[in-house]
Order: sequence, then structure tokens, then C-alpha cells
Amino acid sequence: MEIVDQHVKSIMEGCKERARDKGLQFEDETLEYIVTNRDLLELSPKVMIPNLYDYWVHDVRVLSGKGKYELYPDNPYETVINTRPAISFYNDNNPDWLNVMIFYHVLSHIDFFQNNLFFQHTWEYDFEGQALSDKRLIARYRSEKGRWVDYLIEFSRGLDNLVGYHDTVARTITPAPRRMERIDYYFDIFLQKEKKVSSNTYLKEIARYNTLQKSETYTNDSFFIDVIHKYPEFDALYRKRLKAKEHPRPDVMQYILEHSTVLKKEENSWMKSVMEVVRNTSLFFQPQIRTKIMNEGWASLWHEILFMEDDRIRGHETNFAKVNAGVTAMPKVGLNPYALGMRLFYHIWEMEDRGCYSLDYFLLRDEMKRENFNDPRNSGRGLIFNIRENLCDFTFINKYIDQEFMNRHKLFVTGTRINRHRMSMEYYVKSRSAEDYKEMLTNTLYHPPRIHVDHEKTQKGPLYLIHTFEGKALKTDFIENTMIGIEFLWGEPVRLETWEHVKASAPHQIPGNFWDPVVPKTPESKPDEELVWKRFLYVMENRKLHKREI
Amino acid sequence: MITLDELLERDRKREEDGFKKKIRIGRIVKPGKGGREKIVVVPTTVEDKFVHDEPLVDPEGEGEPTGGTGDGEEGDVIGEAPIRPSEEEGEGEGEGPGEGGGGEHEMESNAYELGKVLSEDFQLPNLTDKGKKRTLAKFVYEMTDKHRGFGQILDKKSTLRRIVQTNIALGRVPDFYNIDTSGFIISPRDMIYRILSKEKAYESQALVFFLRDYSGSMGGKPTQTVVSQHVMIYSWLLYQYEKQVETRFVLHDTEAKEVDDFYKYYSYKVAGGTKVVSAYRLVNQLVEAENLARDYNIYVFHGTDGDDWDTQGKEAVGELETMLEYAARVGITIAEHRYTRANQTEVEKYIRASGLLEKKSTLLKLDVLKEDSDDARIIQGIKKLLS
Repeated sequence: MEIVDQHVKSIMEGCKERARDKGLQFEDETLEYIVTNRDLLELSPKVMIPNLYDYWVHDVRVLSGKGKYELYPDNPYETVINTRPAISFYNDNNPDWLNVMIFYHVLSHIDFFQNNLFFQHTWEYDFEGQALSDKRLIARYRSEKGRWVDYLIEFSRGLDNLVGYHDTVARTITPAPRRMERIDYYFDIFLQKEKKVSSNTYLKEIARYNTLQKSETYTNDSFFIDVIHKYPEFDALYRKRLKAKEHPRPDVMQYILEHSTVLKKEENSWMKSVMEVVRNTSLFFQPQIRTKIMNEGWASLWHEILFMEDDRIRGHETNFAKVNAGVTAMPKVGLNPYALGMRLFYHIWEMEDRGCYSLDYFLLRDEMKRENFNDPRNSGRGLIFNIRENLCDFTFINKYIDQEFMNRHKLFVTGTRINRHRMSMEYYVKSRSAEDYKEMLTNTLYHPPRIHVDHEKTQKGPLYLIHTFEGKALKTDFIENTMIGIEFLWGEPVRLETWEHVKASAPHQIPGNFWDPVVPKTPESKPDEELVWKRFLYVMENRKLHKREI
Repeated sequence: MITLDELLERDRKREEDGFKKKIRIGRIVKPGKGGREKIVVVPTTVEDKFVHDEPLVDPEGEGEPTGGTGDGEEGDVIGEAPIRPSEEEGEGEGEGPGEGGGGEHEMESNAYELGKVLSEDFQLPNLTDKGKKRTLAKFVYEMTDKHRGFGQILDKKSTLRRIVQTNIALGRVPDFYNIDTSGFIISPRDMIYRILSKEKAYESQALVFFLRDYSGSMGGKPTQTVVSQHVMIYSWLLYQYEKQVETRFVLHDTEAKEVDDFYKYYSYKVAGGTKVVSAYRLVNQLVEAENLARDYNIYVFHGTDGDDWDTQGKEAVGELETMLEYAARVGITIAEHRYTRANQTEVEKYIRASGLLEKKSTLLKLDVLKEDSDDARIIQGIKKLLS
């Protein structure tokens, strides 16, 4: 792995100037490295972060990646990571014109990382630097605790998709709520809710406060001296209250970190650090998974626009067209996030320029009038910049894929079914409606299950997890090992309440034709397999899993 | 960089610490025509988390939808892919000599590695009757080797080339376009002969028939389980017989057919019903017609989900009896569906009812496992089938 030479770097700097002229915003400093395919194979299990902590699963991935590369060699054009400065990786020996195209693509990714609000919690620090110190921390623990560090990583990673990502983002975007003052807590909560004092006593306290406040020498402390004298527990309750406000909705990992009996022990404090490392790493990557279509679409849009206007690469338009088509062509069957995102951005740009996101347009029912509608606003460019700042894949798709977009690009949902007569798998046009297409796309998006801790039930006994019903069951193969890990971290038994789609009763095996069982069963004669949703409780105790219906 | 052995060693330590093993030996198969597919052995692992399961897909119905672009009305078919392999596929391909061996060898060497890992790391049993019945190799004498100085037949072309070389070196060929051969010096060491030499001729010892049910009900996990087990058995036999293993692959639904390479065996599926007897009959016919029983130790491994339209199994048991007369081992694997009750599949019932498991207990083995069994269970199954 080595840094690019001065010639290539000067191409990059030229790209930066031109990209800035078009309105992209990114920090001045970037780092570009040339990597071999071997480097890439070793980096990709670490999500391209060179300094990510060592873990044996990464090694397994590297070995299987090498095996796969032997059979199916494949090199990406570029990879860019959201660090400060942003680091990107390239193949050696790219021609200059190709570098120009790739650099524009990379710069647009960096613009996206540094402006999309879903990334805001990653803006304040350099993840690569953080990762390096985490890696050293874990290496130190490993020298002390041996393979138990790896178990800790394993069990923490078993929970790392249940991190409260949206809460984290919400906290960085919305201003921090006013810190509750001691005096407010005393009058608004402590006296009224905790102590439930009579109105008479309450009014007397207010009167006492008011008199004291008028005196010249008043400080808060002089008032609270008497309070603490009367209620010695006051300060402890106040502090507890403040702390509770810090994580109004703790995710499963946070809850375990705060309340686990195992982690509370002095000698186990290292476990907490390991869990924190895993949790923060996961939080760092969350926005990337949730903005794939937008991020790739945005980068493809700008590399196309910027490349075509770049004066340095005249004469390479056909080469560009070929590579660009490979990246951004819509497949006949299947999905390509680069192509889809790019077309959607172009579409929005054009629709907004024509003023189509308006009530007038909405009220038009005539197809021809809709097609010819033009209320020039010239605000499309502004809108897509706004979208790249404020939306994620789900909102992007949900809000902007409309029938016009479907028709323009002849999009449809592809279905597959078996044709028994021809003994073939048929691909057919299942639907051309925007709603169906959105639903199909939404189903491909990253969406971890929603699982939270029931605090009240947990206080009475084992850790009680509840999986919120969203019409999907958990993968049952993974439940046991995940719960073994949670039990280890929690130190006591764990319960999980979830839903499963099960057959109402065991199916009967009936031959299609009673007299001649060799005749193939026709689909009609198949036994009715009625699936019903049932609630199950999994209990993990002493590394044994039990399951029962509730 | 950590090696596979170190990873497996670490995995064994997990058991000491009271956790389950996590590393599986995975296989990546790349299709190739005419038995020249490549298999690369890699370790794999999954990280267990709470994740959403894929919705239950009816193996014979509608698949998961995806995106698409282009013309066509709703409902129009835009393409199709065959699910039953065509008969002509993979045949008549110009497979020239000198090329045919390479790919195959690659697969074998990797599978051999896997067999080694299985034998050593998973403590699979060693074969007891290995190599006792027949010699591994015999020798023949051929006139293929060349020798300088003496031998049986003079190789004129090589000799002449040698003489010219020597004379050029001695500076006796001043003009390449007008060579005077009469001035050549001929040394006895320049004479090249063909010489009688001893050649090893390998003889295969084991012939393995892999039979697999590829009917509609086998889709997904049962197939994966059966195929994983068969790959491992194959690899292990390869190791045990020092690569002297021949394999034949048979797929069956209501009819049986032989396919010529592992990739087809691995990947084909159809949506038909099941008649186990068809496969057994085909194996018996092949053995009879090619007189295989005389030359080989014959192993037959059959993988199915236990479904059979012939619920009594009269014919199948009959064919099985014939097979047991010549086979060194018949191993039947039943990968039960999650929803069936244990030990209630047709195949299992009629095989148990036939009493063959007791009468021929050294020859016939049955392993019944769930369709979603892990590697450890599959390997345990192999131990059972081979014990």
C-alpha cells in the first residue's frame, strides 16, 4: 500500500477545484493510496479500515476471500472511507482519464459523507485514529486475558446491530435539552412526585424560597442546606434523575453496560471497554448501510457531469462511455444502486425545474398536460443538494419514486415462477406500479429487528428482551448462540419474546391420485399449509436454550 | 497472517471453554465443462445475531421479486431458465487431449486437502480394509523413455539433432545454408535410443456412486445438507485411497440419470416427484453392464429427504438387496424436513421394515438427520455411514 505519486495527486487536486465550482463541499485534505488486490482482500473484512481491531472472524474472511478470488477475480475501481482526512484506495496503473472519472466519483462520496446529516455523529473525530487506539487497547487486553477477549468481541458483535443508531443521530441533530436545574427538580418533581407533600407544605416551601431569594446574600446552597437536612436522599435522587435523562431509551448494549452484574465487578471493567469499542464501531458504519443507493447515485451523477465538462480529458469520451455504462446501466433483471440512485437524482432535478412538485401539478389528471407541464423554477439543483443533506435511502425512495419515474425508465418489478409444462423458471413483468416497486425496493434495505429491554420485567428477574412485531420472524438458527453471548455478558438468565410464522398443524402427505400414487401431485391437491403467527418465549439459562409458546 | 490450521486449533479450544465450534469448512465451486470444475476449500463462519429470517418461500411457487427495466406489459414473460438439465448440455464440447487433465487435478488436489483436514481434524475413522484386496499399482514395461548412449531402438531424429548441436559447438558448421554432413564428427554419446523402462500403471481401487434426489421437495436446505455430506465423503475417500477414487454421479426424481461432473450433481434441480427405486435400478444396471463389481470396491451413497411415491418401497428394497450383493458399503442419508415428525419418512420406514439394516448390518448404513444440521452433525453422520 503506497501513496499516489505527485502526477496523480495533481490530477486529484484539479478535480477538487472543478468539483467545488459545481457546489460540492469537502475538506481540503484527502489521502489516496494505491493498493494491490492482496491488500484489498485483507482490508475488505475490516470494512476497509486498515487499523480496525484484529479479530479471528476477519482472518476467516480473508482466507475465504482469497479462495474466492482464485475462482472469481474481481477488483473494484475505488473504495473510499469516511475518515478525517478521507482515505481512498485505487488500483495501480489506471490511465489518467480513468483516474479523473474515479476521482470525481470519490470526491462526490466524500461530499456525501461530510454533508449528509445521517453521518453527523462521525464528523467530530477521525475514525481511523480512533480505530488505531482501539486496536492497541484490544491487543493489550488480549495479551492479558487471552482468548476471552475474542469471546467478548464475539458476544458484543452479536448485539451490534441493535445499537440505538437513530437515537444517536437524533441527539447530534437536535439541540441538547436544557439541563434540569436542582431547583426545578426540587419543586417540580421531588416535592410533588417523589414526596407527594401536601399543597400547604409545598406553598410554604415556595414562600421560604422567595423570601431567601430576596435577601442580598442568597445562593442556591443556602436554600438547599435546609432541604438536605430534611431530606438527606435528595442529592442522590437528583443525580439519578440526571443520569436517567442521558439515555432516555438505552439500546440493548447500553442497558447491559449499565446494569449487568458481571460487568459491574471491578476485575471485569475491561469487558466494558471492549463492548464500547464494538458498539462505537457499529455506530460509525450504520449510516453507510442506510444510504447506499443515495451515496452511489450521488457519486455517479457527479462523476458523469463533471467528467463530461472536464477540459483535461478531451478525446477519451468513448472510453469513458464504456466504463460509465458498465457502472450505471440499468440491468434487465435485478437492481443496481448506482444506476437507480443516479437516475432518481436526475429525475428529481428535472421534475423540480419544471415545478412538478406542486399542488397545480398534483391536481392535474390529464397525462398529456402532465407531460407538458412547465412552470420554470430552476430550483432542481438546489433541491438535490438539499436531499443529499437530509434524506436516507428509505426516505429518498419513499418520497421520490413516482409513476413518472417508473414510466420514464420503463421500470418494473420482476417476478419468478415455475412453468411446469416447459420445466423452466420464468421471469415475468409482475408490476409496473410505483407503489409495488417501492415496496420491493424497501424490502431490500437494511433493517435490523427492533429489540428492546423491558425494564420492569427485568427488575423482577432475568433480562427480558422484546422483539417488536413487524411481520418478520427472527432467524431461528442464530438465536441460541446470540443468547449464550447475552447471558455471558449479563451474568444471569435471559429471556426473549418473539414471533414465529408456523404451520397451524403438521401437513398431511396425500398422493395426488389415490389409485395411482405415481401421478404427480397437482398444485391444487397440495395440503393447505396455513401459516399463523405465534408468540414464543426463548429462555437461555446456563447455556441451555428453552422455547415455549405464550 | 493466520493459517487454516491455527484457526481450527483455536476452534477446538472453544469446546474446552464450553462454547460451540464456529468454523465450518466451506467449498466454493466454479462450474466448468466436462468435469473440470474447480473447487476451492475455504473456512467459513457466521456471526450469530438477531436478524430477520427470509420469508418462507414455497419451493414450487413464486420466488422473491426483484427489479427490472425494459418493455413488456404486466404479466409478460421476459425470459426463462431451464430447471431440468438438458440432455445435450456439456457434451460434444471440444475437449482436446492435453487439456482435459488440468482442471480436474485442481479439484482433486483441493478435495484431497479437505479429506486430510477431515481425517485429521475431525477424527474421521480410517478405512480398515484399505488396500488389502488388491494392489494399488501394477507395473508395465514401455519403450517411452529416451536414453543417451545405449538402448533398444535408435531414435534417429533426436540423434541427428544432437549431432548437429555437437558439431555447431565444435565449429564444424561454418555455413548454415550449405551444410556438409560428411565432415561431421559423431560421438557415441550423441546416439539417442529408446529404452525399455518400468512404468507404474495406476489402478483405481474405489468406485463411488453418489445418488441424489433432486425432486422439488429437495429444494434448499435438504440439498445443501446432502451435498455437503457427499463432498466430504468424496474428499475423505480421496484421501483414504490416495486419490485412487473414481466417482459416478446419479440424480433422480421419478427417473434416474447419470451426470458427468460434480457441478451438475451439485446444482441441478427439478420440480417433480420422487421414485427412489429408479436410482437404485440405474446403479445396478451400470454395475452389471460395465462389469464394475469385479474391478472395484464399490461404495454407494444416497441422499434424499425421505419422500417416495412408492410408500411401501417394495421395488426399492428389491433393488437394494441386489446392490448389497456387490457393494462394499451402501450409505443412505435422509435429510428430514423441519416440519416432518422424526423418523416418519417413507424411505426410512420401508428400509427399517425390510430388516436389511440388521441382516446386512456391515454393508448398509442409514443416517437420518434434520435438513438444517450443522457441519458437526454432518461429520458425525459420515462416521456413522462409514463405521
